[in-house]
Amino acid sequence: MSGARDILVVEDEPMVTQAVVLVCGDEGMTVTAAESAAEALRCLQERPYRLVLCDIMMQGVDGFEFLAELARHGLQVPVVMMTGYSTVENALRSLAAGAADYLPKPFTADELLTVVRRALRSSALLEAAEAPGLKRDGSLSFVPCPDHYLKLGRVSWVLMEDEGTARIGVSDLFLKAVDGIRDFELAEVGEDLAQGIPCAVATAADGSLHGIMCPMSGRVLDLNTEVRKRPSLVEKDPYFKGWLYRILPSDPESNLQWLTL
Amino acid sequence: MLRRNIGFKLTVGVVLTVLAAIGLFAALNIQSQSSSLLSEVERHASQLSGAVKADTEYDMLRNDRERIHESIRRIGQQESIDRVRVFNKSGEIIYSSDSADIGTMVDKKAESCYRCHSAGAPLDHLDMPDRTRIFRLRADSPRLLGIINPIYNAPSCWSADCHAHPESQTVLGVLDVTIPLAEVDRNLRRSKWAAVILAVCVAMVLSLIVGFMVRWWIDRPVQELVTATRNVAGGNLGYRLDVKRKDELGMLARSFNEMTEKLAQARLQLFQSDKLASLGRLAAGVAHEINNPLTAVLTYGSYLLKRSEKSPETHKDLQVIVSETIRCREIVKNLLDFARQTVPKKRKADVNDIIGRAARVIENQLALGRVQLVLDLDPALPNVTVDANQIQQVFINLMVNAADAIGDDEGTIRVTSRGIVLSPTGVLQIKTAVCRKRHELVDRKYAVGGKPAITMRFRNGGQAGLIHLDPMYGSDAHQLGGMPDLTEGVELVCPECATSLIAEGESCPQCGAPIYAFEVPLKGLVQGCLRRDCGWHRWEQVDANWNEAFVEVRVADDGCGIAQAQIPHLFEPFATTKGPKGTGLGLAVTWGIVDNHNGTITVESEVGVGTTFIVRIPVES
Repeated sequence: MSGARDILVVEDEPMVTQAVVLVCGDEGMTVTAAESAAEALRCLQERPYRLVLCDIMMQGVDGFEFLAELARHGLQVPVVMMTGYSTVENALRSLAAGAADYLPKPFTADELLTVVRRALRSSALLEAAEAPGLKRDGSLSFVPCPDHYLKLGRVSWVLMEDEGTARIGVSDLFLKAVDGIRDFELAEVGEDLAQGIPCAVATAADGSLHGIMCPMSGRVLDLNTEVRKRPSLVEKDPYFKGWLYRILPSDPESNLQWLTL
Repeated sequence: MLRRNIGFKLTVGVVLTVLAAIGLFAALNIQSQSSSLLSEVERHASQLSGAVKADTEYDMLRNDRERIHESIRRIGQQESIDRVRVFNKSGEIIYSSDSADIGTMVDKKAESCYRCHSAGAPLDHLDMPDRTRIFRLRADSPRLLGIINPIYNAPSCWSADCHAHPESQTVLGVLDVTIPLAEVDRNLRRSKWAAVILAVCVAMVLSLIVGFMVRWWIDRPVQELVTATRNVAGGNLGYRLDVKRKDELGMLARSFNEMTEKLAQARLQLFQSDKLASLGRLAAGVAHEINNPLTAVLTYGSYLLKRSEKSPETHKDLQVIVSETIRCREIVKNLLDFARQTVPKKRKADVNDIIGRAARVIENQLALGRVQLVLDLDPALPNVTVDANQIQQVFINLMVNAADAIGDDEGTIRVTSRGIVLSPTGVLQIKTAVCRKRHELVDRKYAVGGKPAITMRFRNGGQAGLIHLDPMYGSDAHQLGGMPDLTEGVELVCPECATSLIAEGESCPQCGAPIYAFEVPLKGLVQGCLRRDCGWHRWEQVDANWNEAFVEVRVADDGCGIAQAQIPHLFEPFATTKGPKGTGLGLAVTWGIVDNHNGTITVESEVGVGTTFIVRIPVES
């Protein structure tokens, strides 16, 4: 999109904004700062941005209200939520509210870049999917999650099984956004997974680490050993053969509030 | 104050009762003594009067007045006799031991006459009790006993030569003997005094003994209980009573201790959750405020770190900045996690490894303070499922505390790890139990320690009744009611179908007594010894599979120690003993983490000797 700037930082703490400007600007990204949600809305109405980095706890309109405001104005920009109040609930709430990703403060330069790059790629993928005419090559396409799967944001999915167990996997959009996964670090059978906390860590081709947020709490009954042998299996067939865990959910009812169909 | 004292009331009550009893007894005793003495005197007087009559009879027949006078005077001189007098029919004293009386008239209403002459026509005959009288001459003179002896007419009288008396007369005169009762009265007075002195002495001794016993057995323990309740009312839930006594007050003290212990636990829980709520709000604020500047430090630091690879010295310094900022991030995160009691991210881990990592983290601090860290780790420790970061935080906190307790002196911190198995005894409640015919034995109507008891019926010859076994496996607060302690001939049966609950052909491996057995559905047979003092029990399925295995880590220092009064408050948030050095969160966070792992943390400490924190984490949490 011509004329589009890369990142809009919505943050009432100037030092954080400066840090983002420094780190992302150094990578050649264009960064604009907004000190409040209202200012951010004005910026977004003036010109398109490829990504918004938004703090949750702000004076006046907070991050979640800002997300709702964006939806009301029909602005389709992907948003990464940041917060110093880095609780699991904030993470889950962000993803459930439609945020592209979640970045707990404080973060290192690498952590910031990893999330920003991933979000930019996934928004590019979404954009390409909505405008088929612009599809330039196969790398910009992704397979959407099957309809009957429950999804945690754009990250992971869970499929409830008849026996009361659940199968967990990674969404293709997340995988494509990571760009070339070298390895998966998985939990062991018998471990307890908690919703909103990484249940697996993917290592990308460039060495960056990507935690995959667990969509449902429970004890690992079984894990896909094929994935250990061939990590590429997940990318090839993310919704069927490339599942990660079979779990015994510990609290499915309360977990469901953060999941979408 | 004294009037309200139960010991005083009891003593007064006992003393009054004893005084009344002794008084009554003494009164009865004195009365019987008095009547027996009087009847003795009476008998003596009667004999005497008979003797006088016999002595003078001959002289009277001969009408030898001089001899009679002489005899009576002689007799009257005896010390035990007051007077001897003889009146004729008209009341004139004709003979008397006191010669002044002779010739005087006696009033018929006077004491010696009225018995016969009170009813108009004089009586001829008197019974023995009516012949005696007790009187005083004046109000202040000693008592006298008088006995009259009528002198009847006899053939020898009217046929005597003097012809003084006609035949028609029945009573010729009266012989009146009076005897002083001074001696008798003195004896009675002495007895009365003896009784009074006895009563007073007994009352005094008794009040001393009762007072002492009441003070020893009632007053003192009650005072202790009062002090304890005042302490508890004043908020000191750590107050404990001495429970050496085995009587009812000892039981009261024991249950008082249990009560305060439970209260203290409940209060700690309440306090913790209350503090947690405010801590949550505080943490939210702190996290937001601190994480923003930390974001700047961390991003700038890590940005510079990436760009400083060419200058190794700067790179190294920046590494410190980044790693320490990440540590700050973890601390804030832990604070948040604790405040919000987040679910730990548990994975199988070796506690020894975690201790090793924690030790490396604080070794630098220790080197400065000349504190030696000794690790005594059990290499065969089972793995536990824990959040390794959180548990590492626990050990770091405990080791830092230990180092702070040692202060600037030399000292040793000893960290010991070992695997322990806690017995299921007293932990596991038997909620259902059946006889061989599948009748339920756990009866909700009866409780032992507040929990439905296992109820059986015993029979022993003619005796029978119910017994209630403690449903906590291995505890022996059984209520055996009237069941005789054992063994031969005692039958235990199901209260419903009377099937025997005694294991045939088996005996207690400890004491050889018969054993009872019942089944816990799906969980096998529970057996126990019938002897009250043996306490042997077995539940094969549970004993064998009981996996309450814990990894126990002790962090011991030889520092300043903690005062007993502070121990109950140790794990409360914001309770710090370190002054401005501490945040008051370390042990609260530690407690929260261990609690989240279903573990326990306890502390043993002695001022001046050192402190040991004991962390137990279940192997299967």
